[in-house]
Amino acid sequence: MIETDILIIGAGPTGLFAVFEAGLLQLKCHIIDALPQPGGQLAELYPKKPIFDIPGYPEVLAGDLVTNLMEQIKQFQPGFTLAETAETIEKLEDGSFIVTTNKGTKHKAKAIAIAGGLGTFEPRKPILKDIEFYENEDRGVDYFVKDPEKYRNKNIVIAGGGDSALDWSIFLSNVAASVTLIHRRNEFRGALDSVEKVQELKSAGKIKLITPAEVVGFKGNERIESLDIEMNGARMNIPTDYFIPLFGLTPKLGAIANWGLEIEKNAIKVNNALDYQTNIDGIYAIGDVNTYPGKLKLILCGFHEATLMCQSVYNRINPGKRYVLKYTTVSGVDGFDGTRKEAEKAVVKAID
Amino acid sequence: MPQDVTIFITDRNGVKHEVQAPTDMNMNVMELIRSYELAEEGTIGVCGGMAMCASCQCYLLNDVLQTERNDDEEAMLADAYHVKDNSRLGCQIHISEDLEGLELEIAPEQ
Repeated sequence: MIETDILIIGAGPTGLFAVFEAGLLQLKCHIIDALPQPGGQLAELYPKKPIFDIPGYPEVLAGDLVTNLMEQIKQFQPGFTLAETAETIEKLEDGSFIVTTNKGTKHKAKAIAIAGGLGTFEPRKPILKDIEFYENEDRGVDYFVKDPEKYRNKNIVIAGGGDSALDWSIFLSNVAASVTLIHRRNEFRGALDSVEKVQELKSAGKIKLITPAEVVGFKGNERIESLDIEMNGARMNIPTDYFIPLFGLTPKLGAIANWGLEIEKNAIKVNNALDYQTNIDGIYAIGDVNTYPGKLKLILCGFHEATLMCQSVYNRINPGKRYVLKYTTVSGVDGFDGTRKEAEKAVVKAID
Repeated sequence: MPQDVTIFITDRNGVKHEVQAPTDMNMNVMELIRSYELAEEGTIGVCGGMAMCASCQCYLLNDVLQTERNDDEEAMLADAYHVKDNSRLGCQIHISEDLEGLELEIAPEQ
């Protein structure tokens, strides 16, 4: 059982920044996210696109903002349960919660902060009969690349035409025995450098490209052995160890929708006059996942909501304990890892 | 003073709405639909307007719109569901004075 003060559901910018604000109040955090890496939409959907409305950054790439947030919170040593989805919640008599993921990982926390953004990103799956069976227990169908080493010296087929299909084809071309990339169109859509790199690797014979084509079936009993591919009306069959369809992700509120929270317009209603708490005492919702009158789905608003949520959790966990807001410039930042960041002292010195 | 244009939008329940769209706020059709709440929040404009989700897919019902699909739009629609010849992504249709009288229908949810 993982134990923490605040269990944050969602590792997007709001969830990550909450770790920092909690840390200043000596509260420990653990984060659950359905994706295999932190960053939420920013990392998964548009890592190479710029954001122009983060205060203090005239322009920042989404991926860089995530890297910076991870750097900013590292001294507070957040725990991560990645590639798992929060499934059930149980409130104990002492007011704490137990959240269990789809993989059965249990987390005990004094407060819950749902920072789920648009919801859980679920992969868009190809419509192939009985494919579900092969999605589990390493039977050959994966919708995420969680551990690239798994594909070392294996033959893999990636399907899709966007950035993740391109980027993983590039990366895995150095790991796998062979990489075949299949897409329904001749055109790929991604960052220019990714498209060019795939072109280069194709010419060098390190990636096999099959376009315009579609995977229409597969063969194999206990696991995937080969794929049926249709190209210009002609069928072919290619042997493979893994089939990785990367067709993008659709967000769904998921199991959280059944937690008894008040939901309006596919978002969780919170008290924005005070602390972004939901209708269930001890469960908060911050960032894009919540709604209240005048709500704006902006990263900067999520940061604000995370900050107020942490203050509320502090008061909840330490009833009656005195605390006043401190400025990091004045008091510095004391990490749970023993590090300390502080402003350099001004000198007091005569000038001759 | 820039003029608003009138656009006719049929929602997912088949109800036709006549709406006034500002031409001076750098808006697109997806945002217009959201501003009039013609589709449930969370079911439209999911990606924010990056042509990455097709939740704002619309069918053009007349020939007022003269521009063609752009590359991003074409790529997204190639992967989307319920796509027809007259499908467009609302987020890629910029509202300008040439759109007076445009008629469209919001496609079913993805």
